[in-house]
Amino acid sequence: MSFDVPDDLRYLESHEWTTIDGETVRIGISDFAQDELGDVVFVELPAVGDEINAEEAFGVVESIKAVSDLYAPISGEITAVNEDLFDQPELVNTDPFGEGWMLEVDPSDETELDALLSADEYREQIA
Amino acid sequence: MPVEFDSIRTEHAAVRESVGIFDVSHMSEIEVTGPDSTALMNRLTTNDVASLSSGEAQYACITREDGVILDDAVIYRLVDHDDHPAYLCIPNAGHDSQFTDWWQTHRDEWGLDATVDNTTEQWAMFAVQGPDSPALLAEEADESVTKIERFEHTTSQIADVDCIVARTGYTGEDGFEILCPTEAAETVWNAFDCQPCGLGARDTLRIEMGFLLSGQDFDPDDQPRTPYEAGVGFTVDLETDFLGRDALADQQETGTDQRFVGITLLERGVPREGYALVDGDGEQIGELTSGTMSPTLNEGVGLGYLDTAHTTAGKAVEIVVRGNRKQAKVTDVPFVSK
Repeated sequence: MSFDVPDDLRYLESHEWTTIDGETVRIGISDFAQDELGDVVFVELPAVGDEINAEEAFGVVESIKAVSDLYAPISGEITAVNEDLFDQPELVNTDPFGEGWMLEVDPSDETELDALLSADEYREQIA
Repeated sequence: MPVEFDSIRTEHAAVRESVGIFDVSHMSEIEVTGPDSTALMNRLTTNDVASLSSGEAQYACITREDGVILDDAVIYRLVDHDDHPAYLCIPNAGHDSQFTDWWQTHRDEWGLDATVDNTTEQWAMFAVQGPDSPALLAEEADESVTKIERFEHTTSQIADVDCIVARTGYTGEDGFEILCPTEAAETVWNAFDCQPCGLGARDTLRIEMGFLLSGQDFDPDDQPRTPYEAGVGFTVDLETDFLGRDALADQQETGTDQRFVGITLLERGVPREGYALVDGDGEQIGELTSGTMSPTLNEGVGLGYLDTAHTTAGKAVEIVVRGNRKQAKVTDVPFVSK
């Protein structure tokens, strides 16, 4: 089975992705992660204005069979939260890199992005 | 059996709306026969085994002296063997050696004449469940199997393999459980052209019905509960003389401090095993032992033990989810009416 791993994103070993261009970055979980979890039924996210810290848990995603912490790829202040996920958590399954996004963050230290996995490195991890 | 073949929602919906098949070959099988087989079965299980005729089955608990459930099981009365009653006892996975020893030790202690064999390795077991299961069985097995009633069993050929077919299951739907020789497992499995289902859907289906899971909703070490606490008092026949009978007779008089209930979460989220149940003041009044997002209802539903004073259906309780108290209510099971 092959999973979608967009080249223009960066990844954490714990399967979160982040965009790397623009004033703010967008964060979600990978295609591989949503497939491992199965039917996503609940997403718990922080609020706009909250701070997240790189590699620390910022929320929870629950499927029917599992509860999984979400880890921050980067530190910064949250500027947007995907509230559609509260009523349609299945968007994480159907479109993990698109409508299933979770947070937008104003990064406090963009050099943190350099420590993340490239698409190729992440592909190797999930191979 | 894997957790899922496709998605839990797909598999769950197949069983509720049409038909699905589960490989439940992990279940244990113990065969008991001989002049005292009925006496031995009756003294080790809570129900009245003597009431069974050949072709009938019953659900029962296996209890120890203090009335605590060691396991639950379905007991089939088979055709007599050498003019003596023969039984097939099906407890849960991984319990076959333990209960074979338990049966043999008590047989010897009580001086009973019965043969006890662990035949788990000889049997594969499949559950074909859902409203369309009778039609599917009618195609693949002798048509007569669809005439048997709930908790009856018969023999039939399926794909030229001799099988035992029972009208039983763990989903709340009409359905059948099929035992066949291990070496013919693949042949029988492949005879059924329907949705394969895994452990994930097996769990969501049984939770929606309020059915107990051995080792989780009760466990002699980690969750010691009696049949009355666990909501399966209907399996207890106090007129029979079984191990644990006196303790249960006392408890029937005095009542239980806690009872097994259904809980519906009224906020977003998913109830899970181990979450505390608290009252409006935050005082703990119980604990969940199972929980999931109900695929049928799209609500978080849980099962667990609650102080008896709080167990009226509709009563408000709170579930502690990762430190946060969420509104919930006591709900009669099954959650999904059948």
